[in-house]
Amino acid sequence: MTDTPETKPFEPTIIGFTCNWCSYRAADMAGISRMKYAPNVRLLRLMCSGRLDPMFVFKAFAGGADAVLVSGCHPGDCHYINQNYKTLRRFPLMQRVLAQMGIEPARLKLLWASASEGQIFANEVNRFIEEVRALGPLNWNQTGSEVPAEPAHEEVPA
Amino acid sequence: MTKNAKPKFAMYWAASCGGCEIAVLNIHEKILDVDANFEVVFWPVAMDAKYADVEKMEDGEITLCLWNGGIRNDENEHIAHLLRKKSKILVSFGSCACEGCIPGLANFSPIQEVVDTAFTTVTTDNPDNLRPVPSYQMPEGTITIPTLYPVLKTLDQVVDVDYYMPGCPPESHQIAAVIDLVIAALAGKAQLPPKGATIGAGNSTVCDECQRKRNVKQIKEFGRIQLTHADPELCLLEQGIPCNGPATRSGCNARCPSAGAQCIGCYGPAEGVQDYGSRLIAAFASVIDSDKPEEIDRILDGLVDPAGQFYRFNLAGSLLRASKYARTNSR
Repeated sequence: MTDTPETKPFEPTIIGFTCNWCSYRAADMAGISRMKYAPNVRLLRLMCSGRLDPMFVFKAFAGGADAVLVSGCHPGDCHYINQNYKTLRRFPLMQRVLAQMGIEPARLKLLWASASEGQIFANEVNRFIEEVRALGPLNWNQTGSEVPAEPAHEEVPA
Repeated sequence: MTKNAKPKFAMYWAASCGGCEIAVLNIHEKILDVDANFEVVFWPVAMDAKYADVEKMEDGEITLCLWNGGIRNDENEHIAHLLRKKSKILVSFGSCACEGCIPGLANFSPIQEVVDTAFTTVTTDNPDNLRPVPSYQMPEGTITIPTLYPVLKTLDQVVDVDYYMPGCPPESHQIAAVIDLVIAALAGKAQLPPKGATIGAGNSTVCDECQRKRNVKQIKEFGRIQLTHADPELCLLEQGIPCNGPATRSGCNARCPSAGAQCIGCYGPAEGVQDYGSRLIAAFASVIDSDKPEEIDRILDGLVDPAGQFYRFNLAGSLLRASKYARTNSR
């Protein structure tokens, strides 16, 4: 039986930011070890999770991502001493702002993974994909600003 | 119409408060230079002119058009296209046109809520609970009013813009400088900046112009300025007062921080800042003095309305432009 739009499960598009020194290598480790995880996450490598300008996250959502994964070294293990603590502080503030914009905080996930934690990385990514699947598509750029005006009010006769 | 050799000037207001007009008049005697060098052909707030007069003009007949206000309804958009066609230089003038400003805050809410707030809250006397309708049948015929858009757009989301002049409103000395520059350029004595440039503002941040003393920022608690006894000499952000200086374009001589108030960001994103609010998230959160998630959360509770704080002037011009609630007209 072929998939129709109704039966085809929703495949979320997730943008994942990884740190060169830990979580990217964790993803690499998962690959080398032949661990399977769903292909919904597009990984981008940064030198450090602290390099993550919150703008990257907003741009990903504005560009059509259903969710964003931010990952880095465990607190205390940063290659650049303490930059991942900045991520730790920015992350909840990003979630708060996104919530006010109507984007569920659960669409933004923070994951610490060391270079050896390929299994943890793969499991967490799989779990995240299922969580996002349950939330449904975000459809950010298909709603709103480009939609031409409908009367924005109910007609109440004078 | 008498033939007038002077270049033509127009100014229009869309979704705005009229403060930009006042800022233009605040250039004092320089307004006489405007009159000496330009023929004012269209300026609804200052003179009587009809849209039909503009429609009759040749394309590009208006030399300088200052547009203030966001695009809130179909009339705004129609006039934006009209003035774009008739103007040589179209300036996105003031924060509303550039990035949405205060009218753009409506992009947080479903338009239904915006209309309800305007027509039912305690300050409105509307006992029959009436709402405007875009067209209404009268015995004499159909009468229409502009149709509201679900989200407010900035001018450059609708038409091509030549220059951006930020500020809420732009500082009068900056307006005077820009008018001087245009007059000099028309006389062949100066060159206009490249298209798309931000004019009448600096290239740096408000912090760069701020005279307050700065040390190391380590925030243990965010506070509201009206509830705090702020040190008049010291950086406000350092004292935990959310000051938008780090992301805001310079050009105002740091007026608010010099007067004892925090910068609220009316000059918009500084050079190179793509998303104003994101830059502030980075600036504010990075200097929180804690490594413990629970404590960080408690400190962040001090920012009562973070999105409102970070996108007060910039929501319609930000990457996300409008909340999901506004986009879907539902909560």
